[in-house]
Amino acid sequence: MIKARMIKTNPTFSVRKLVRQLGSAVLIAGLAFTAQAADTIKIGAVAPKTGPLAGGATVTQWPNVQLWVEEVNARGGLKLKDGQRMIELIEYDDKTNPGEHIKAVQRLATQDKVDFIIAPYGTGFNVAAAPIYAKYGYPQIAVSAITDKMDELTARYPGLFFTLGTTTSFVNGVKDILVDMRESGKIGNKVAMVNVADAFGIELAEAARPIFTDAGFELVYDNSYPLGTPDLSPIIKGAKDAAPDAFVAWSYPPDTFGLTEQAIIEDLDVGAYYTAVATCFPAFAGKFGSKIDGVLGAGGVNPDTDKMKDYFAKHKEITGKDADGWASANTYVSMQILEQAIEGVGEVDREKVTQYIKDNAFDTIMGEISFENQVSNKFWTVGQWQDGVYRGVASSNMEGAAEIKQKSGWN
Amino acid sequence: MNAASVKNLSIAIVCIVLAALIPFVFNGYWLSIALTAMMYIALSTSWALFSGPTHYISLASGAFFGIGGYLVATGMSDYNLSFWLMMAIAAVVATVLAALIGMATLRLSGVYFVIFTLGLAEMIRNLVSWVQNNFLGSRGLYVLTDFTEAHIYWMLLTVSVIVFALGWVISQSRLGFAMRIIGNDETVARHVGINTAKAKVLLFMTTGFFAAIVGAIIAPRYSYIEPNLVFSPELSFLVVIMALLGGMHRLWGPLLGVIPFTLIWEAISIWLPNFTTLFLGLTFLIIVYFLPNGVVGLLEKLRARVAT
Repeated sequence: MIKARMIKTNPTFSVRKLVRQLGSAVLIAGLAFTAQAADTIKIGAVAPKTGPLAGGATVTQWPNVQLWVEEVNARGGLKLKDGQRMIELIEYDDKTNPGEHIKAVQRLATQDKVDFIIAPYGTGFNVAAAPIYAKYGYPQIAVSAITDKMDELTARYPGLFFTLGTTTSFVNGVKDILVDMRESGKIGNKVAMVNVADAFGIELAEAARPIFTDAGFELVYDNSYPLGTPDLSPIIKGAKDAAPDAFVAWSYPPDTFGLTEQAIIEDLDVGAYYTAVATCFPAFAGKFGSKIDGVLGAGGVNPDTDKMKDYFAKHKEITGKDADGWASANTYVSMQILEQAIEGVGEVDREKVTQYIKDNAFDTIMGEISFENQVSNKFWTVGQWQDGVYRGVASSNMEGAAEIKQKSGWN
Repeated sequence: MNAASVKNLSIAIVCIVLAALIPFVFNGYWLSIALTAMMYIALSTSWALFSGPTHYISLASGAFFGIGGYLVATGMSDYNLSFWLMMAIAAVVATVLAALIGMATLRLSGVYFVIFTLGLAEMIRNLVSWVQNNFLGSRGLYVLTDFTEAHIYWMLLTVSVIVFALGWVISQSRLGFAMRIIGNDETVARHVGINTAKAKVLLFMTTGFFAAIVGAIIAPRYSYIEPNLVFSPELSFLVVIMALLGGMHRLWGPLLGVIPFTLIWEAISIWLPNFTTLFLGLTFLIIVYFLPNGVVGLLEKLRARVAT
């Protein structure tokens, strides 16, 4: 519009002049672009925005990527030896498909030529992407990846780091809580256990059976349901008929909500009620309100430290969403580690940064984190909703665990 | 061998050699796209071996592909068996399963078959989860090998070449002739004494066999196998759409569907990430309204027009 008017009213308009002006404009834009390109550090991120894992990734992964990049850029970028560099973020959706994920990481590495990549969301995606990260030497600080194969994987991929614990540590966290509650007389000996019949659910249930029995618990109900089962009332009714003292569900996000809804309807009366993934999501409390007071879930957080309070406030302010009560913080921590390692090395040298991560301790919102054989042993295993706040109650080497409360009714 | 077939054979050999050289020329990103395309070339072409002449739309690719990936993962992860042995077992299992499904459904008319195959991947996924949950247990299925993308690409290329060779052999054989008659009019085929059920089941078994092999080869690329990722209904639809887009009445038809489709799919994933499903739907409409015989049909029509 503006251009057209200019042409009409400008009596000295000539094609040659226009071309010259256009030419210099392009030249300036080009110069500006190259100048900018040299001043940025390119960070890539691939995670689901669509598909089955998108629900989890849009709570735990993506908001933290956004938060971290905005914070770093707000203070002028990453400090390197030759000056500060702003982060240029390149993100792709893997559609919750390993093939698409691999292609996207290849694209980041060879087409976009990013300097670093934020590790994927989900165990399967971290394992599937590990060979490409290794091939191009990217450090991979995995968060949402829980496995008992850490030794084999870290030996195979020297740039792969784990931060969220093993399957066994997870089950042991729940066992410790139940033993604690039994010893303090809050619950009895009978446990009802259910699991989603899918990879991670089966794995946890299988690990739990011997651990619970060895701890002297009686499994009065042990059942499973297929992934995506819409009606979970038979499961809760079955558990209720077995009259357990504690209910443990190795569940995924949709069934964590579904089981709890049925437990409220059926008034499942247990002293300890545990559901696994997504219990710590803000939406869980949003849906059930005060009814879920005392519900136990996978992972946790200590919301009372100044650093965590600050983190929660900033997360809300910048992304407009509440962080979850578990892996949100770990995800943010993984980027803090990357940031401190890059600044510590002072240059974009992936090999040196990987070595730096192995050799140093990092000051994060979850306290000091360091790696032993590429694995961090500081993480929360169990949390509990207490008066509207999700608090960690069991952990590996974390401070500030809250006192466990007995579940009393669904009010 | 006449002059025409010598010419065709030389073209084929040149294409194979060029395709085999891709990992040396391209690395990283373009190789991973070529790998994806090669996977769909093997799947779509073997799919068209059966669905081309018979016009039975099979949506079972995802099921057979999943069997391949899942069995390789279970065997390697839980029982320390070799990749090659598990690939062979997966191929046999899928072929037997295809025979059973074929015998149960291919005697009926087309629509029952389509509906059955649509549910098959989901059924097998649930069955697998049930067995794993109740009998085998799981510690996560890891397929950790030293295969690089280039190795996987060459394996897929080998499978594709075998599919093409087999397709050519079938087209020259009595079975191929029988299939063309069945496709044109099944009643006539029966009247002239063709055992139509047997012919259909045989070809359906070959698609099951190849889809399982492809699934097995892809498993090391995924590295970590979850049933709900390998038994993907989306895969079944993509295979059908790419084959239809290319055209099914020529052996090399699906090839001309897979290559443009994969490239456009990739471009959309980068620039319009939320529009891949829309693109899938549009492709379907284009096939139905403008390309009933696929890209091959269009090319043949254009050539005929130029000739006259």
